[in-house]
Amino acid sequence: MDLSAINPVLLIASLMVAATPLLLAAIGELVVEKSGVLNLGVEGMMIVGAIAGFATAVESGSPLLGFFAAAFAGAALSVLFAILTQFAQANQVASGLSLTLFGLGLSALMGQSYVGVKPPRMGDIHIPVLSDLPVVGPILFGHDIILYFGIALTAAVWWVLKYSRMGLVLRAVGENHEAAHALGYKVIRIRILAILFGGACAGLGGAYISLIRVPQWTEGMTAGIGWIALALVVFASWKPWRALLGAYLFGGVTVVQLNLQAAGVAIPVEYLAMSPYLITIIVLVILSADKSSAPASLGRNFHASR
Amino acid sequence: MIRLEKRPQPSRAWSLATPLVAVLATMVFGGLLFAALGKPPVEAIRTIFWEPLFGEFSFYYRPQLLVKGAPLVLIAIGLSLGFRAGIWNIGAEGQYIMGAICGAGAGLAFYPLEAFYIFPIMVIAGALGGWAWAMIPAILKTRFGTNEILVSLMLVYVAEQFLASVSLGLLKNPEGFGFPGSRNLQAYDSAHNAELIAGTGMHWGVVAALIAVIFAYVLLNRHMTGYHIRLTGEAPRAAKFAGVNPARLVLFCLGMSGALAGLAGMFEVSGPSGQISIDFNVGYGFTAIIVAFLGRLHPVGILLAGGLMALTYIGGDIAQSNLQLPAAAIQVFQGMLLFFLLAFDLLTNFRIAIGKPEVA
Amino acid sequence: MKLTKLLTSAAVALGLAAGAAWAQDKTKVGFVYVGPVGDGGWTYEHDQGRKAVEAEFGDKVETVYVENVAEGPDAERVMTQMALEGADLIFTTSFGYMDPTINVAKKFPNVKFEHATGYKRAENVSTYSARFYEGRAVQGTIAGHMTESNIIGYIGSYPIPEVIRGINSAYIHAKKVNPDVQFKIVWAFTWFDPAKEADAAKVLIEQGADVILQHTDSTAPQAAAQAAGNVYTFGQASDMAEYGPKPRISSIIDNWAPYYIARTKAVMDGTWESVDTWDGIGAGMVGIGEITDAVPAEVKAEAEALIEKIASGDYHPFTGPLKKQDGSDWLAEGEVADDGTLAGMNFYVEGLEGDIPQ
Repeated sequence: MDLSAINPVLLIASLMVAATPLLLAAIGELVVEKSGVLNLGVEGMMIVGAIAGFATAVESGSPLLGFFAAAFAGAALSVLFAILTQFAQANQVASGLSLTLFGLGLSALMGQSYVGVKPPRMGDIHIPVLSDLPVVGPILFGHDIILYFGIALTAAVWWVLKYSRMGLVLRAVGENHEAAHALGYKVIRIRILAILFGGACAGLGGAYISLIRVPQWTEGMTAGIGWIALALVVFASWKPWRALLGAYLFGGVTVVQLNLQAAGVAIPVEYLAMSPYLITIIVLVILSADKSSAPASLGRNFHASR
Repeated sequence: MIRLEKRPQPSRAWSLATPLVAVLATMVFGGLLFAALGKPPVEAIRTIFWEPLFGEFSFYYRPQLLVKGAPLVLIAIGLSLGFRAGIWNIGAEGQYIMGAICGAGAGLAFYPLEAFYIFPIMVIAGALGGWAWAMIPAILKTRFGTNEILVSLMLVYVAEQFLASVSLGLLKNPEGFGFPGSRNLQAYDSAHNAELIAGTGMHWGVVAALIAVIFAYVLLNRHMTGYHIRLTGEAPRAAKFAGVNPARLVLFCLGMSGALAGLAGMFEVSGPSGQISIDFNVGYGFTAIIVAFLGRLHPVGILLAGGLMALTYIGGDIAQSNLQLPAAAIQVFQGMLLFFLLAFDLLTNFRIAIGKPEVA
Repeated sequence: MKLTKLLTSAAVALGLAAGAAWAQDKTKVGFVYVGPVGDGGWTYEHDQGRKAVEAEFGDKVETVYVENVAEGPDAERVMTQMALEGADLIFTTSFGYMDPTINVAKKFPNVKFEHATGYKRAENVSTYSARFYEGRAVQGTIAGHMTESNIIGYIGSYPIPEVIRGINSAYIHAKKVNPDVQFKIVWAFTWFDPAKEADAAKVLIEQGADVILQHTDSTAPQAAAQAAGNVYTFGQASDMAEYGPKPRISSIIDNWAPYYIARTKAVMDGTWESVDTWDGIGAGMVGIGEITDAVPAEVKAEAEALIEKIASGDYHPFTGPLKKQDGSDWLAEGEVADDGTLAGMNFYVEGLEGDIPQ
């Protein structure tokens, strides 16, 4: 055992990268759930974003363009969910699961000719002086631009939800859609916009995996990250900054356990791999004392009958 | 202007017609997809829907429909009870895994003893395993008001890790040359859930699924608990006045669906699958949620929906092999089918009205 | 028993038809895959083998495949379906297909089955597997020379004999050329999760490893090594040449084509019989990808000499004296490990640190 082999600075820097796809997808889903909609199709939207971004980046040579395409593709897929749940009044759980099935298949079809292709690289930013600082440099100033975008998005969502009128309306719709409707808000329209936003974020998260974190395209490569993002939203009790913290914790558990293994610490890997989920359950139990945290209309459909 | 108007009562005619309309729509759009991939569309559709039922080798595929459909129906029946009452167990996959581990573990504990009582013990252990796993979200919900959707989903991942752990450790076949996976229960007579009549695909899991369908039908239509379930789902406030104890209902519905999912896992591991391995679970628990909704949460509907899902799986594999359709195309096709079924369900509960709404 | 009879008679009828008419009729070869053909690794390489069979025999052969087949009853159904549809030869390409293959083979005595990586055979069931540890010996040799930090990282999937054998082989040969070498082993506990593989590679690099060996199929570790700079890697399953000449300095390629062609030929000629094949570099089942110019010429020459010696059978990578990790004797001077021990290997050799997770 040699714990001194673990470099905490590099550990933090790399867990930030590991956490980013989770964070992007979770922030999107957080907004969706705040509007009272539960979309279990995150995994499907992520993987479609992953291939759309990958293909676009390869064809155009620009990773940034790839991220735009990924956001667009994720949002496009979420339109299906929006039509089903908002217009056709279909059950949200079943629609979300179907969306994941559909997305996994669609992405595999789209990606057939991209197996074994190397995408163009997205460089890390380098700020003279700042990036070279010890400790702070690699943690704060040595990443790719999308990672910063994820943090900025978290801040933006927090601000919008908390201080803006738009956020107030969104929360009202999620808490009590009948009351919101009675006040004259367009419940369906607001929810559709939230679903589209969630889709775009999931798409970005997927592309982060296929373009930066791995980077390659293989079928089914998101390997369950979309489901963890769903857990993360709950873990965060629908609060953006806690989602950021949670993403670092969730991403961190994997990185830390791999670090411990490499350092020769004998740990029961399977049991450590369970821990994020068990922790989430415990957090849920603690939070349930606070009844206000979950949007009250979550998962319930709305039809303006009058 | 086109609007939706809620029907005062769900339309019976539409509730029967929509599945057919959905299947037809899927055939059209699926056909377009297959044509776009350069495959013969009519041939592909025929292979998926016709071949397993009436094709040359249907004598083999028809029993396989039972094998594939039984766990889906068994799990979906359990889930539908809760779904009707607004209790959302989406962790059936985890309960399925735990049922299989407990069932197989109980059987292997006796190895190599041969005795008549081993299989019944395994059945009980499997049901208990699934039940206990579902009791975690149930008790957390009744005690602390924790959201059962999320707790049950989290427990799926815990169960998957546990499955990997026992495949590599506790239940690993001592004669398996160090490879992961348990002994094969098909080779252990007392623990083998064999076909009851050879060649029919009928094993105890199929029997259990059919019993569950009848049981659920009777429960929902003839029994007080069933009435409470329906009342809670349709009019929660009225249910409270009618003296429904919500906590007991949560415990009953989650426990029931957990036990049935556990049974499905146990019958699968002791029969068609044969052994516990890292990749033992193939998503029946999640697919069953879709089956439950496709069947409109009605026992007979679930039976038909389970059959339909099994058909697309088996037909899809035949189409892959015979027409070289990629597996992904089949997945997209299934996704379409689900979308259309969910979307057209609208017509059961709503009426499309043209013109301006009347001003009240 | 009714179905078994029915199936058997159907199979006999088909088998006879195929047997009698093979000269003008096509030989039908089925492949059952555990993953998608687009996985870029294990299944992808098996599908390359299938394509090679088609290229070799052209019109005389028809190949079919089903991908993403779950181990268990689904696999059994797909195999039966292929046999019913008239396949003469079926390759089942995952360890978990072992019992299903045996079950189906019993019902179709006239259809030949080939199961990859298993240990159960029958009259009409052969098994085949590749001696990847021979390739690991070459990797170990190159890695031992190339490392400057003397730390070699190893990404394992699950702790099963196949993976443990690779670790031991690589370690023995790295140690031979560099006595100070140390292995850092990380178990990913997944067959396939590119994001986790990327994390694992980064962790190893951060902890000082400057050569990474992987027993997982994605290119994620290659990309991580490239980003890190002075780290070397080896392609796994497929060549991964797009990451050459650096970080990827060589590779182990699963090359099933020669075997698949030979077995198809045997069925066509009527000379097929049940065998247990465990081929390595010599037979071409284990391919060693080009050793790039990033490797010094003398190291490259040494590695190529080793490949030559292993291919010709002059040298076995597990040749004594070797001790187990606990210090007990395993192989005496000049003794060579028997295949039984290798197949079920569940111990580290002396010098490796840490425990195999149980």
